[in-house]
Amino acid sequence: MNEQVKVDIDRAERTEKLQGMGCKRKRVEDIRFTQGKGNYVDDIKLPGMLFGDFVRSPHAHARIVSIDTSRAKALPGVVAVLTAADLKPLGLHYMPTLAGDVQAVLAEHKVLFQNQEVAFVIAEDRYIASDATELVDVVYEALPCIIDPFKSMDGDAPILREDIKDKMVGAHGPRKHPNHIFEWTIGDKQATDDVFANADVTIKEMLVDHRTHPSPLETCQSLASFDKVKGELTLWGTFQAPHVIRTVVSLISGLPEHKIHVIAPDIGGGFGNKVGAYAGYVCSVVGSIVLGVPVKWVEDRMENLSTTSFARDYHMTTELAATKEGKILAMRVHVLADHGAFDACADPSKWPAGFMNICTGSYDIPVAHLAVDGVYTNKASGGVAYRCSFRVTEAVFAIERAIEVLAQKLGMDSADLRIKNFIKPEQFPYHSALGWEYDSGDYHTAMQKAMDAIGYKQLRDEQAQKREAFKRGETRELMGIGISFFTEIVGAGPAKNCDILGIAMFDSAEIRIHPTGSIIARMGTKSQGQGHETTYAQIIATELGIPADDIMIEEGNTDTAPYGLGTYGSRSTPVAGAATAVAARKIKAKAQMIAAHMLEVHEGDLEWDVDRFRVKGLPEKFKTMKEIAWSAYNAPPPNMEPGLEAVNYYEPPNMTYPFGAYFCVMDIDVDTGVAKTRRFYALDDCGTRINPMIIEGQVHGGLTEAFACAMGQEIRYDEMGNVMGASFMDFFLPTAVETPKWETDFTVTPSPHHPIGAKGVGESPHVGGVPCFSNAVNDAYAFLNAGHIQMPHDAWRLWKVGERLGLHA
Amino acid sequence: MTKSHIKVTINGRSVEALVEPRTLLIHFLREQQNLTGAHIGCDTGHCGACTVDMDDMSVKSCMTFAVQADGASIITIEGMANADGTLSALQEGFRMMHGLQCGYCTPGMILRAHRLLQENANPTEDEIRHGISGNLCRCTGYVNIVKAIQYAAAKINGTPYLEAAE
Repeated sequence: MNEQVKVDIDRAERTEKLQGMGCKRKRVEDIRFTQGKGNYVDDIKLPGMLFGDFVRSPHAHARIVSIDTSRAKALPGVVAVLTAADLKPLGLHYMPTLAGDVQAVLAEHKVLFQNQEVAFVIAEDRYIASDATELVDVVYEALPCIIDPFKSMDGDAPILREDIKDKMVGAHGPRKHPNHIFEWTIGDKQATDDVFANADVTIKEMLVDHRTHPSPLETCQSLASFDKVKGELTLWGTFQAPHVIRTVVSLISGLPEHKIHVIAPDIGGGFGNKVGAYAGYVCSVVGSIVLGVPVKWVEDRMENLSTTSFARDYHMTTELAATKEGKILAMRVHVLADHGAFDACADPSKWPAGFMNICTGSYDIPVAHLAVDGVYTNKASGGVAYRCSFRVTEAVFAIERAIEVLAQKLGMDSADLRIKNFIKPEQFPYHSALGWEYDSGDYHTAMQKAMDAIGYKQLRDEQAQKREAFKRGETRELMGIGISFFTEIVGAGPAKNCDILGIAMFDSAEIRIHPTGSIIARMGTKSQGQGHETTYAQIIATELGIPADDIMIEEGNTDTAPYGLGTYGSRSTPVAGAATAVAARKIKAKAQMIAAHMLEVHEGDLEWDVDRFRVKGLPEKFKTMKEIAWSAYNAPPPNMEPGLEAVNYYEPPNMTYPFGAYFCVMDIDVDTGVAKTRRFYALDDCGTRINPMIIEGQVHGGLTEAFACAMGQEIRYDEMGNVMGASFMDFFLPTAVETPKWETDFTVTPSPHHPIGAKGVGESPHVGGVPCFSNAVNDAYAFLNAGHIQMPHDAWRLWKVGERLGLHA
Repeated sequence: MTKSHIKVTINGRSVEALVEPRTLLIHFLREQQNLTGAHIGCDTGHCGACTVDMDDMSVKSCMTFAVQADGASIITIEGMANADGTLSALQEGFRMMHGLQCGYCTPGMILRAHRLLQENANPTEDEIRHGISGNLCRCTGYVNIVKAIQYAAAKINGTPYLEAAE
């Protein structure tokens, strides 16, 4: 064996031992989770702990005539019953929302949606609390309600928000009607209108991304414990953004922020549901402050689905203008956004419609205009990003459905139409017509790889034959091929345009190397299943040459972790991941100085080699990071402060723009409406890949949630505002039986501005998956001139399509 | 409320307790016995996060009263590790095949898989998918859960298996 081979083997062995970036490291979290030793909010038990439960409105819109709590208070075991009258003197009957609105904590004069919180019962155990909610007597006077958002701004529409009826300038500008929240526009309207007026071909379609819910398996919950002697509050909760929650609690309670300890323990899935602040959190805090004992609040599933943060409900009138050869010239979109009774969207402050303006997608569209009107209705409030960056699923759905509609009108293959309009590799960084600067992309390569892998041409040939067979009456099955080529915008975000409650959307990492060379690192983010304890350690392992197994990652404790804006919008890797790399590099720079001192050479004479600094040209002269760590505490160079740690608050210079090419092959029984996904292929480009096993897991999960949303999951209301089916009996969560099998693939286009080139991946499969499924369904029926078929595509609705088209005998 | 006396064997340990007739088995396990591995996900018996093994059957413990467990033998996730404290084949399979993410459904999923493998030592993929269809997972998309159960089945049967997630 020659010397070079030996060196290479040695380096490879040392690299493998680190379990750094790029390896399929097994998750550290799983050791506790597989043994039932996770620690979720409801697992926490404190001495003297009481339980809270809500009295909720049966009406969608009603005046509260009276509330009588006497029977409830008389029930043995009941400790207190809070109503708006108790919270009002404290200024806590309303709380601010992240969207610049206020939201009732407990309803005062009116209820505005079914299951709205009216009173909070606190009792010795959860059964008694639940019993007592039945004993609170509330007299309501029902009012006419608004369920259809298109009727919100009618002249004779009942005014929903009497608390702000005279405030005709909201957080995002003038309001056109008492039930109007905001109008948000972007793009060149005149130029866009001009192109539409003169274009060869235009299409216009109302695309509805219907109301649904993130529905993590663990509901929202909190446990508040106020120490009256110290004046300190400890709050455990299902918080995707624990630091923001601490700031919000401080702002609304008046408690100084340093006396509030917010802890997000293990979280059983979030998907956007656990970003906001909810009445239950506030009431558990108030209850504990008032009573001086811990108060726990645990949402049940019905409460979760019907009250805390729905997603979507975007009604998007989407238009494209193109030449007859298929070059897209302009896009025009109007959105009517149903935000429910309070504007409780969880978006960065300046973005009332999130990043909906990513709706020009992966295409070079010269001009565009987007207008979004937000309105109030008598439904639960919210509008959170369900497994996506802010309104990105909606945006991608709009463009990816619209391009199919355009392809059909042009008589072109929709894959060809996409390729013809893709932003070209040499156009990056690309400035979109609606204001974004796409950092990087190579769409053509990804699309070609995907088309080859799925056998696109053969599938279209098969489909053509099947359609003929269907027309001849030889089959009752329709074959659909769904495509979506999405570009996301994640990793919010730069301080110039992204803040929450005025706090810039940076994120953070603090890394501390102990004398013996092991590490603790803390981040401002909070995993809800993404495996942060595993993957952040991999970044540090590669950057610092310390094995990942010797690195402990800690998140969620606001006393110990540096301030960060939390985990949502695929921002952990793009922002806190970057902070981790930068903090590690600060440590590495100091380590190099220490190594130089130890080896008695100039810093510039050293080079990094996996886990050590070695003298250039003298590879046998080196100091490992572990040795350097000891020296940092034992004998640092003169005039250098001891220790080896660093913190970084990373403010990203730009968002990241992951993309992907998805294909779905679906067979639909025209007589039953049952749709079977034959294949689903997902190619994702999330830049540098930290842990391919975890990436694949994220893609599987995101696709499954996309499948659910597209194929049946919905929060529906009847005309009286009754929420139809707020349980897992009706709300579609796919089981292992109906969930398709996923095929995954990738290309790698690193982000040019991110320290390790990573872009984020957790939400791509959801964003790309929803339109891909819907396109497959629509494609199946396209040759029958079905027109656009709205989601969700459950069997009953698809059966009705067959009925409408006269396909049934 | 009058309490009932029950005797239950939990993970091989004999337990006597007083419970209200309406106390759900899940609350008895979690709050009185401090076995917080099984979780509540839906309150309606659909999600299976509360699944435990009771007298050789998978039981949704949020659909069962504690008094119904009187005289029964129960296994929870806390009783699933090997006697020497190492991870059992199923627990190891879930980790090796990346069959979990947030971990909330995992205890119920493992308990269900445990009973499935007792009923059918060598299930096909289709049998596994149907066998766990009473347990919902919001994170994984099931592909890797199926692989985790296949891993465990093979390991228990002494047949070749894939070492880890690909």
